[in-house]
Amino acid sequence: MSELLTTPAPGGPVVEEERHPHEPFLRMDRIPHIWCSTCGLGTVLNCYITAIQRSSVPRADHTIVSGIGCTGRAAGYVKIDSFHTTHGRALPFATGLKLANPRLKVTVFSGDGDLVAIGGNHLIHAARRNMDMTVICVNNFNYAMTGGQFGPTTPEGAKLTTAPYGSYEHPFNIPFLVDSCGATYVARWTSLHVREMIETLVEALNHRGFSFVEVISPCPTVYARRNRLGTGLDLLKYYHDSAEVRHGADTRDVDISFKGRIIVGRFVQRCKPTYLDTMDAALGRSVGKEFVCYEGPMQASDGRS
Amino acid sequence: MSRPKPSQPDATVLTGAHYLDGDEACAEGAIAAGCRFFAGYPITPSTEIAERIASRFPLVGGTFIQMEDELASMAAILGGAWGGAKAMTVTSGPGFSLMMENIGLGIMTETPCVVVNVQRGGPSTGLPTLTGQQDMMQARWGSHGDYEVIALSPSSPQECFDLTITAFGLSERYRLPVLFMMDECVGHMTEKVVIPPAEDIPVIERRWYRGPKESYLPYQAGPDKVPDMVRAGDDYRIHITGLTHDERGYPVINAACQSVCVSRLVDKIRDNAGDIVITDEEAVDGADVVVVSYGISYRVATRAIALARAEGIKVGSVRLVTVWPFPEARIAELSRKVKALVMPEINLGQMYRELQRAAAGNCRTLLIPHCGGWVHDPNDVLAAIREGAK
Ligand SMILES: Cc1ncc(C[n+]2csc(CCOP(=O)(O)OP(=O)(O)O)c2C)c(N)n1
Ligand code: SF4
Ligand SMILES: [Mg+2]
Repeated sequence: MSELLTTPAPGGPVVEEERHPHEPFLRMDRIPHIWCSTCGLGTVLNCYITAIQRSSVPRADHTIVSGIGCTGRAAGYVKIDSFHTTHGRALPFATGLKLANPRLKVTVFSGDGDLVAIGGNHLIHAARRNMDMTVICVNNFNYAMTGGQFGPTTPEGAKLTTAPYGSYEHPFNIPFLVDSCGATYVARWTSLHVREMIETLVEALNHRGFSFVEVISPCPTVYARRNRLGTGLDLLKYYHDSAEVRHGADTRDVDISFKGRIIVGRFVQRCKPTYLDTMDAALGRSVGKEFVCYEGPMQASDGRS
Repeated sequence: MSRPKPSQPDATVLTGAHYLDGDEACAEGAIAAGCRFFAGYPITPSTEIAERIASRFPLVGGTFIQMEDELASMAAILGGAWGGAKAMTVTSGPGFSLMMENIGLGIMTETPCVVVNVQRGGPSTGLPTLTGQQDMMQARWGSHGDYEVIALSPSSPQECFDLTITAFGLSERYRLPVLFMMDECVGHMTEKVVIPPAEDIPVIERRWYRGPKESYLPYQAGPDKVPDMVRAGDDYRIHITGLTHDERGYPVINAACQSVCVSRLVDKIRDNAGDIVITDEEAVDGADVVVVSYGISYRVATRAIALARAEGIKVGSVRLVTVWPFPEARIAELSRKVKALVMPEINLGQMYRELQRAAAGNCRTLLIPHCGGWVHDPNDVLAAIREGAK
């Protein structure tokens, strides 16, 4: 529900100003954002903010880490502790943050290029460790911020500035990649699936372990234009017509081809000890009585420990 | 290698006399300084530090993680520092190269942490097991953009312990990654290391912000140009970015903000250089020649200085304990008093350029270069001292 604020206009009638319910979670002093109109990123950010509010984690514990890219700008708009790091390094930064303060709920919100290309090594290792964090990977099939170059998720045949005749590389099937590396929660939606995405993000945020949500999202300005896929609205229509919900799908089968069907849903949800669980258990066993569990961050000046 | 006894009540500070190599002493220094988060990737000749940390951290409440590479290690310690821990990584040349971009992120976001480089001969894979001092300029300029750094160079295992604590202190005091420039010889040299009682160790804590939450601005600095810090999870709702930013931490992409942001990063070190720079001087008053050295090269220089004195040459020594910022005012002063400044270093002239610059032609400056792989022959240093005394 919207929050109604009343502002007395001098000499005039009382004007009722309607505020967006997400305002308390947005850095309103940074709005308008830099994203193009009908870009899918705003929708994903909205879903994330709704999911934060619905998750079982207290607001102060939510922390967002982004890399670089259009998607990477997300960290700059959310009014929680937020870190905008370097290209590809959001995951290891987030790993340090989580290990230094295990109470935090760390979410990495970044693009396909950031997480799967330059940061690909960190992705497979964070999944392998079952590092307790949530990753929101916005896949717009290209490096949008730098003007639309092809990347490791670009479907074969799609044209981009550095693939002017169409990409001829085999793309990653990201859910399969992270599933096979050990991620314990893997899902995919498109930016059209707002309700489902929110439910999934709440589940992902409440999940213990490495939870990964891929969101297929329109980049009308560079990807769609170069490939004559129409407007943002046309892309949503494409998602509507070609998305197929298949919960529990074998991740080997969810690859995406150019203009092809997009299988969405919650693919993986399993229980496995997290990095911190295995570390504490193993050290407790082998070091024995002398083992001193990580004591948490240093005391801050207000005495919080 | 000494280990804490099983029943020891506090394994944190191993007070007493030990026989440690420089790598082990560095690890103990980090623990004594309060480092409780370590991320690293193995590389000779720094690996023993990571190994020592891996075996000691579970006894002192620290978290050790071996990352997938040095890009990850550097990013992880920045995250660790914002999570509220004192954090460190260790590496050698090839890994140091990989860390550069995120060292820049640490400079830009003013993140306290310590980066140890146990130098080996380069370029490239170079001499994995043999010494070098060839990353000194990389330490100063290796990450892109304009900035100032603080770097230290220990010349004994005892100093690996003591100066690691100093490095953590400086990183917290001035809020930046402090570079700890060891070399293979110092790292692998085993000597007596005395660890003082915990209460005698000067541990500097984080500059926690103490004002009201509503008025906190992450990059609002006081007269010393260093802002106070908070950590993630305390509901300050901070935004931290590698982009040029204003006091709120918000990106502002224009020349005016760049000027304010970058000038302060540089000035907080330049203006406080008097407090940061540490040199160790001996017999410089009345000297005709002063040997300026650092790290393992200082140890070789002391032998050459003794030989020169036996010949009646008046020779003094300035050891750079902090190599960056370079003590240029002091070198300029000396250059007006001596005949020559002599610098042995295990590279083909890196800190020597600074020496020349600071001496500004007031006296002769003599470089004793070495490509790496071994230390200088003291006779080569002696020959340069004789030459300088002419
Ligand atoms: C080390 C480094 N290399 C290259 C760049 C340039 N760069 C900025 S964003 C980006 C691609 C981002 O792609 P993606 O993560 O998919 O984000 P999108 O813009 O598509 O949301 C690149 C290559 C950079 N900032 N840093
Ligand atoms: S370039 Fe593409 S991804 Fe970036 S903001 Fe515009 S539409 Fe969105
Ligand atoms: Mg992209």
